[in-house]
Amino acid sequence: MSPPTLAELRPEQSGTVTRVGGERAFRRRLMELGLVPGTRVTLRKVAPLGDPLELEVRGGRISIRRRDAASVELER
Amino acid sequence: MTLPEVPRVVLVGNPNTGKTTLFNRLTGARGRVGNYPGITVERSVGRASLSASADTAAASECAFEDVPGCYSLASRSAEEQIAIDALLGRHDSVRPDLAVVVVDATNLERNLYLTLQVLELGRPTLVALNQMDALRDAGVEVDAAALSACLGVPVVPISAARAEGLDALRAAIATQLASPTLPPSDGWRWAPSDALRADLDAVAAHLGDERPEGTSDSAARALALWALMSVDADDELEDVPAALRLAVLDVQRAARAAGRDLDAEAITARYAFIDRHAPAFVRRPAEAPKAWSERVDTWLLHPVFGFVAFLAIMFTVFQALFAWSDPAIGLIEAAFAAAGGAARAHLPEGLATDFIVDGLIGGVGSVLVFLPQIVLLFTFIGVLEDTGYMARAAFLMDRVMNKVGLHGRAFVPLLSGYACAVPAIMATRTMERRRDRYLTMMVVPLMTCSARLPVYTLIIGALFPAGAWLGLPTQGLLMLGMYLFGTLMALVAAAVLGRTVLKGPRVPLILELPPFRRPHLGSLARLVSSRARVFLSEAGTVILAGSVVLWAILTFPRGSEEVTALEATRPQVEASSEGEAQTEALAALDAEIAGARLRNSLGGRIGHAIEPVIEPLGFDWKIGVGLLGAFAAREVFVSTMGVVYGVGADVDEESTTLRERMKAERRADGRPVYTPLTGLSLLFFFALACQCVSTLAAIKRETAGWRWPLFTLAYMTALAWVVSFVTWQVGSALGA
Repeated sequence: MSPPTLAELRPEQSGTVTRVGGERAFRRRLMELGLVPGTRVTLRKVAPLGDPLELEVRGGRISIRRRDAASVELER
Repeated sequence: MTLPEVPRVVLVGNPNTGKTTLFNRLTGARGRVGNYPGITVERSVGRASLSASADTAAASECAFEDVPGCYSLASRSAEEQIAIDALLGRHDSVRPDLAVVVVDATNLERNLYLTLQVLELGRPTLVALNQMDALRDAGVEVDAAALSACLGVPVVPISAARAEGLDALRAAIATQLASPTLPPSDGWRWAPSDALRADLDAVAAHLGDERPEGTSDSAARALALWALMSVDADDELEDVPAALRLAVLDVQRAARAAGRDLDAEAITARYAFIDRHAPAFVRRPAEAPKAWSERVDTWLLHPVFGFVAFLAIMFTVFQALFAWSDPAIGLIEAAFAAAGGAARAHLPEGLATDFIVDGLIGGVGSVLVFLPQIVLLFTFIGVLEDTGYMARAAFLMDRVMNKVGLHGRAFVPLLSGYACAVPAIMATRTMERRRDRYLTMMVVPLMTCSARLPVYTLIIGALFPAGAWLGLPTQGLLMLGMYLFGTLMALVAAAVLGRTVLKGPRVPLILELPPFRRPHLGSLARLVSSRARVFLSEAGTVILAGSVVLWAILTFPRGSEEVTALEATRPQVEASSEGEAQTEALAALDAEIAGARLRNSLGGRIGHAIEPVIEPLGFDWKIGVGLLGAFAAREVFVSTMGVVYGVGADVDEESTTLRERMKAERRADGRPVYTPLTGLSLLFFFALACQCVSTLAAIKRETAGWRWPLFTLAYMTALAWVVSFVTWQVGSALGA
């Protein structure tokens, strides 16, 4: 079974980043936003149509698309 | 943009930190907008005075540069490279005397990531801790003194939106400029591992000219780290020396072979530093009170109310562009018509007067007529951006827009396209990424703009019976159908172009929902006036030149046998009647002569020349002349057809005379030129072809070159031709 990803969180659920996948520029950008392994992430909001997702990372907020969030693996 | 010798200060920071608001606050009305060389990213530079104090040792004035917002200095393209270039004075920029990092205190850790990168460069740096007001609302405390101790540089808490702390910021900048202090240990707040440090030294050895004289080893390492994080086998960076590139690729290969992940090492190390020290300078309440902004969001992002509010706001924008701008547009048109009339009355009849009236005055009028919509649209965009609603609109609509590869923010430009493509193309600036902007620009001209309406009205009114279908008026249905058709084609074009011509590497979309706040009138006025200025000086000149060229094409050469023959009948016409009848007969003759002139002009000949190309679409050469005239603006098709058919230029789309003339028009074999099938083919052609000099001028301005406007012209014309061709050929085969 594949590990759970950020895209599978429900609102107000949290997880700890274990791995960030994807192509280099893509994963670099996600990590630079603070999604480095070991970071606690909470899903705060889901747009009414189901995408994008608003995350809380280190007290700050950022929204990314569900498809992009699926590259971030979590540990619940 | 050259500025006199004053100290230079760059403002860098994440997107949405209020950096531009701060820039506006500091420079007042003195900021100027230009472009970074070679790329279509706006460069804002402005002078500002720093203190009214008597401290003569401190700098009293400086020049600020507002560097485009970025989450990191690591870059993949020339566009992302701007920040590092501006900080180090590489390429065309001058090395700044001070870097002010604008930090959003409500997203502190993420903003500090960029701050650490800036510090590593070992240049004089200062941190402006912005959004302190929003921070208080959220119940969070940030200790500026502790943060300053942690970073080793001054930290000044401010609120750019509420103009708080700006004097302290000015004073701190003045002090830093007077006696620059470098951050301790050359700005490095974290120590790279031995392995990473060895890698950095290996790359730094190949910096060559990229390492200016006097650069410390640690600053060289910072540049090496930038290269290590940025260079790729397929990046689009500019001016990276070949030796440096090779060194980076070597180190990356060796690291991969050793099972190391250099990107993760550096990024994790920076965040580890931030996480370790955060408790010293930031205190967050265990249970944050819900800010009022959050409560507003529960409604504005509600699955039902959210969309109701969204539609209401967008309808208002649309209504403003479509209806509110009308009186101003009418006024401008009337003023230029009056100016033209006055000029004609006072100048001798002749070619020079025609040029002044029709070419120049008409041309300037055709530029200014865009201003009301541009001013209105940017007023709305400014308010929507400043309040934070635009980010919500993008959050709401992203899912839908993303289906065809467009950014959530492309919604407003597309909607504006229903009024006019010119302001809509200018509105693509609200998107950060080049690909998103270009893709939107390419498809906006397919939206049914208001200039197509008169053309549709003429064609539908003249060629389609006013019957009913299922109890609904067919003409109205056809009009509605054309709107839907344009919209659908724009979405299809976006999906196709986004997967082909504008296909790029996948980068995560990043949106931020900033807290709601009141718009700042000064910034708003500046946004609107700078947009209007840019339009007039850059797009306007191209539009004016285009109008004059089109006027010349449709005017020269003046004489021909046909014209001379018609002129020869003038005495006869004069003698044959008198009074009102004579005036009418002479007017009819003048219209005939104007028609003959146009038919024999260069434009008329071009119409003949392109006939073989447009014949398979069901068009004859006279329609070809109309299509050519329509390039000035689509609605000009109507008056051009009026002239071609000798009815006069003063016709409008409701003119029965013109409609009758069109219906009476016959082909060589005696069949009527205009049938409903010709009409349909013509409608599709107008829906899809980029018949608009102004649109092309706007794209040229926004993409800083002719490549994309020419591409737009080519693909839209090809699309129009193919669709009209299929329509006419299939329709003819079916016997329509």
